Amino acid sequence: MLALVAPSIFFVALFFVAPLGLFLFRSVDNSEVPGWLPRTVAALSDWNGAGLPHEAAFRALGEDLAALSGSTALPLLGRRLNHNIPGFRSLITATGSRVDPRRDGSMREQLLQIDARWGEPVYWQTIRRERHVLTWFYLLTALDLRYGTAGGLERAPGESAIFLDLLGRTLGISAVVTLLCVLLGFPVAATMAASSPARANALLILVLVPFWTSLLVRSTAWVILLQNQGVVNQALVGLGLIGKPVPLIFNRLGLYIAMVHVLLPFMVLPLYSVLKGIRPELMRAAASLGAPPWTAFLRVYVPQALPGLVAGASLVFVLALGYYITPALVGGPGDQMIGYFIAYFTNTAVNWGMASALGTILLLVVSLIYVALGRIVGLDRLVVR
Amino acid sequence: MPRPPHETTLERVNHVAMRVLTALVLAYLVLPILVILPLSFTSGELLVYPLPAWSLRWYREFATTALWTQATWNSIVLAVVTTLVATTAGTLAALGLQGLRSRFKPVLYGLLGLPLIIPPVMVAVALFYYYARLGLVGSFWGLVLAHTVLALPFVVITIAATLQGFDANLPRAAAGLGASPLQAFRRVTLPIILPGVVSGAVFAFVTSFDELLVILFVGSPEQRTLPRQLWSGVSETMTPTVAAAAVVLITVSLVLMAVVEWLRRRGERLRTGATPS
Repeated sequence: MLALVAPSIFFVALFFVAPLGLFLFRSVDNSEVPGWLPRTVAALSDWNGAGLPHEAAFRALGEDLAALSGSTALPLLGRRLNHNIPGFRSLITATGSRVDPRRDGSMREQLLQIDARWGEPVYWQTIRRERHVLTWFYLLTALDLRYGTAGGLERAPGESAIFLDLLGRTLGISAVVTLLCVLLGFPVAATMAASSPARANALLILVLVPFWTSLLVRSTAWVILLQNQGVVNQALVGLGLIGKPVPLIFNRLGLYIAMVHVLLPFMVLPLYSVLKGIRPELMRAAASLGAPPWTAFLRVYVPQALPGLVAGASLVFVLALGYYITPALVGGPGDQMIGYFIAYFTNTAVNWGMASALGTILLLVVSLIYVALGRIVGLDRLVVR
Repeated sequence: MPRPPHETTLERVNHVAMRVLTALVLAYLVLPILVILPLSFTSGELLVYPLPAWSLRWYREFATTALWTQATWNSIVLAVVTTLVATTAGTLAALGLQGLRSRFKPVLYGLLGLPLIIPPVMVAVALFYYYARLGLVGSFWGLVLAHTVLALPFVVITIAATLQGFDANLPRAAAGLGASPLQAFRRVTLPIILPGVVSGAVFAFVTSFDELLVILFVGSPEQRTLPRQLWSGVSETMTPTVAAAAVVLITVSLVLMAVVEWLRRRGERLRTGATPS
């Protein structure tokens, strides 16, 4: 029997678990620095980090960089260290192409002659700090933290401290979308649950049609509808509700409209399956025992609906956290979520460490929610249909 | 639903309010699809109402521009091959898991379901990182296997659902009557689980046909599929061809999912013992 499952497990292991594992490991992987600067790393390990290192370290760095000269490793090393200090790239490539270890005299003099920045302790301290095969640098950066000159952790300065903001924005947008889905999804699910089977089925189709349409197509539709000259603005102007078209797209409002639309079925479907099972007699019993409608609703109906509400809301929240396509198409520059920056660090900045660190944080948040959810309602309830 | 006669005014107001709200929300859900459908038949250059005239102009554009036809062809080939691989592997896995008596069963289910819960953009970026190392970026089979993994959970879940009412004694009886395991599978098991297999195959096809992010990250520029072409259409030049392409994608998804829904209802009817129509 296991042999039948083997091909699928093999595919998932090789084309899902392995890529994801290796990618996540990239957030702490630092093999490049000790790999390409072996002599320097050895020479710096007995330096206490104060002032400038001794001549042996300058000599080691000169030899390491000369060895990399002309290979693709030199610009890659430059790019790697540039993540820590902007400008490190040019320092590395210029030094690597000009240094000559065979020349007599002090290597310290030679390096300082090539670039005076080698006289600044911060560059040496950075190499020393990054001398291990693992680094916390990316994960710390993703939490707006960095190593201070004194050695301890400190908050990153204003202009580079963007990541807690990003995390907050991602959580905030997802929370608002979830809340809107609960508010809009509950009446639909409740009406469906209270309808005759035939009518419930008809209503269900109306929920399933958007659910079956791809997310990209629905986001595309909203781009078309929400444009300044688009149908929604036309209709609002035509009804006399607004004087001239208002910006509905490339801002937070447009993002909420499109994201709630895409995610609402994930709220309605699990909620409906729970509400369907609530026996109407219980509400009538509450009423006959003297409970006013609101009390009966809050104390009899809602507690029974809670598993569906929790399941639907968590599903919507978790899916929203990882959204990329819809914010990219419908949102403005200030509405991009963590997924956008994972793609940005991959495609534009080519900084795998940061892409991976943001991915790790996203996955951590998602996993925490799933674990909590598994404890509360049981994961099998989450499977839609 | 008939309303009880003792209903108070407040309850009636509440009831009407719920219905109005439900109608509004459902309108919001289907509105984009309902509005974009006529727009794609405009004869004009802009996606606005009123339409100057009805026309198939943009569908003609879609069917004759090399970018769009090539993209459609690429999507179909990729989705068909993915469907074959995913349905075969998924059917075997569902059968294997059904017969498996092991405490690792939930772990295996969890492993196969993993692609459902990881954010798609992370999957795409991780695959790009991995494929870049293996030299698989831009490879057709690289895309097929990535899509297969994304489609597997749907195939396995659908077939496992069909297998729940399956009597394991049936293939045993076939074996007792002298059928080889392959014969028993082909003549007894497969006909019974076929609706589930077809549904699973449709899910696999739609998953691959609608998939964007993996293609965007690990596909070569030549591996332009319909979603990818739509994506660049929306981000660059929004012409009514984009609306026509969107309607084509909507139609494909809806027709295929209607097949799944029909099979599901049919299965439910058969299981509950009602006479099949």
